[in-house]
Amino acid sequence: MNSKRFLRLFLTYLALTVFAAIAVYPILQVVTISLRPADRLLSTSLEIIPDDASFKNYVDLFADRPFLLWMGNSIFVSLVVTLTGVVLAAMTGYAFSRFTFIGKKIGLLSLLTTQMFPATMLLLPLYIMLIKLGLINTYLGVITIYTATALPFTIWTMKGYYDTIPYSLEEAARIDGCNQFQAFYKIILPLAAPALVITALFSFMTAWAEYLVAAQILQDSSLWTLPLGLKSFESNMSTEWGLYGASSIIVTIPVVILFLALSKYLVSGLTLGSVKG
Amino acid sequence: MNRTAHKFFIAFLVVPAFLILAAVVFYPFVYNVVISFSNMSLRHIKDWTITGPQQYIKVFTEPTQPDFYLVFAKTIIWTVVNIVFHVVIGVFLALLLNQKDIKGKPVFRTLLILPWAIPQYIVALTWRGMFNYEYGSINLILTKYLNMPAVEWLKSPTEAFLACILTNVWLGFPFMMVIALGALQSIPQELYEAADIDGASWRHKLTKITLPLLRPVMIPAITLGTVWTFNNLNIVWLVSNAGEPSDQTHILVSFVYKAAFNLYRYGYAAALSMVIFVILLAFSLFFMKKTKATEAAY
Repeated sequence: MNSKRFLRLFLTYLALTVFAAIAVYPILQVVTISLRPADRLLSTSLEIIPDDASFKNYVDLFADRPFLLWMGNSIFVSLVVTLTGVVLAAMTGYAFSRFTFIGKKIGLLSLLTTQMFPATMLLLPLYIMLIKLGLINTYLGVITIYTATALPFTIWTMKGYYDTIPYSLEEAARIDGCNQFQAFYKIILPLAAPALVITALFSFMTAWAEYLVAAQILQDSSLWTLPLGLKSFESNMSTEWGLYGASSIIVTIPVVILFLALSKYLVSGLTLGSVKG
Repeated sequence: MNRTAHKFFIAFLVVPAFLILAAVVFYPFVYNVVISFSNMSLRHIKDWTITGPQQYIKVFTEPTQPDFYLVFAKTIIWTVVNIVFHVVIGVFLALLLNQKDIKGKPVFRTLLILPWAIPQYIVALTWRGMFNYEYGSINLILTKYLNMPAVEWLKSPTEAFLACILTNVWLGFPFMMVIALGALQSIPQELYEAADIDGASWRHKLTKITLPLLRPVMIPAITLGTVWTFNNLNIVWLVSNAGEPSDQTHILVSFVYKAAFNLYRYGYAAALSMVIFVILLAFSLFFMKKTKATEAAY
């Protein structure tokens, strides 16, 4: 190995290690907090695993707090949003990719425009609408809002991905006797798997990790989703850091696993969509 | 298949999504425009009337605490600083990871994606804890290892704003890294081989091949990232705990959120929302147009 290559590799690993450490450190912090016993929460030590580490916070979460209820609520809302989101984006994206129809261009542009709305732009009128319709403190309200929030981005992703699949595939299927709908869901949909995965992940994350909309609509604490529950540990005069840490870890683990398992698709799906979009 | 059936098929695909969007996005948008021209507030929630462009005039002229123009300036600093760091760090790491002779690539990629995978509100609340004066690990690291004085992160406006920016930089670089990595992998290898034959230096290959070919992918990502950052309510709202100290840590979206949901100034908030929307729309159109001219080269 010549010295130039050695230097390059050394600097590369050094930089990657430093950035990886920065990326991981705050997460380790939460792990540390979640393992600290209650009487040592305000500690000035920088150890990752505290001396007297215990899982008491995790146990308390399930035993003393309605954590299971929040989790059930969050899972329900997120799954419904994911399912509706994937079906709608897969269908609409397909139409935008394959057919010409009146209002197509305006439709696509208006989807893009919605990304520029500040949160309050829709939240305020929606809040007033939901009060009038009596949908405050219902999941119907939250689920519809989350689905619609994710749709513009996911429809564009799906459309971009379909654009890369040659039209001749459907023509061949049609010749073999498929009708238009069969050609779509039997031939094209399986090929668009990477984009479907991104759509599902994005829809799921929108619902799983949303705080501000939920805070306005779900005021009844029996309906709370995880973000509202977690914030409640923080909002009192004294923050219950141990419980906060433990619940953060439990909330984050499934998302991180999903993310990492799907990170391959993430790279191909996002860039293909944006190059050809 | 005949034409009616074909039209029916398209309608079947498109209509459900657009019905939901009409209810949750397009109708509220129109409603927001109406409210922005009215005097709606907590006191006038039922008996509101259209009062003309009064609220818009208020947005630009009314002395508010904090001052509208100051918040606007802060929002621009917030957006520019964040995006510059996101793109520079993201592209830098993608270039490092894309070298052929690096071992442990999947491990590094996994660790570096983590900040993106964690729900934003958890990121925000965790960093808020880390910025705590006495017990937060940032001050502990500063004082114990770097021999620097502890910083009052959350008590003074400049430091609180800096704390929000640090949090958001940490959170945002993986998105740009993933996009850049995807783009790098799609650059044909023959281009580099040809350049090697011509004896091009690595700097030459970077500036003449890699960066120009990254451009068309990064530009939509940067546009989207800019809009998302400009509108990122979560981080500022939760790290500064609703604008602390005393409402001096705001960007435009958190400022509107406060006007709407803490101060119940509905008409005013609706007008300010419109102003933010128009700013972002103008920026996106301008930016996309400006950069499109060079896209033909690809």
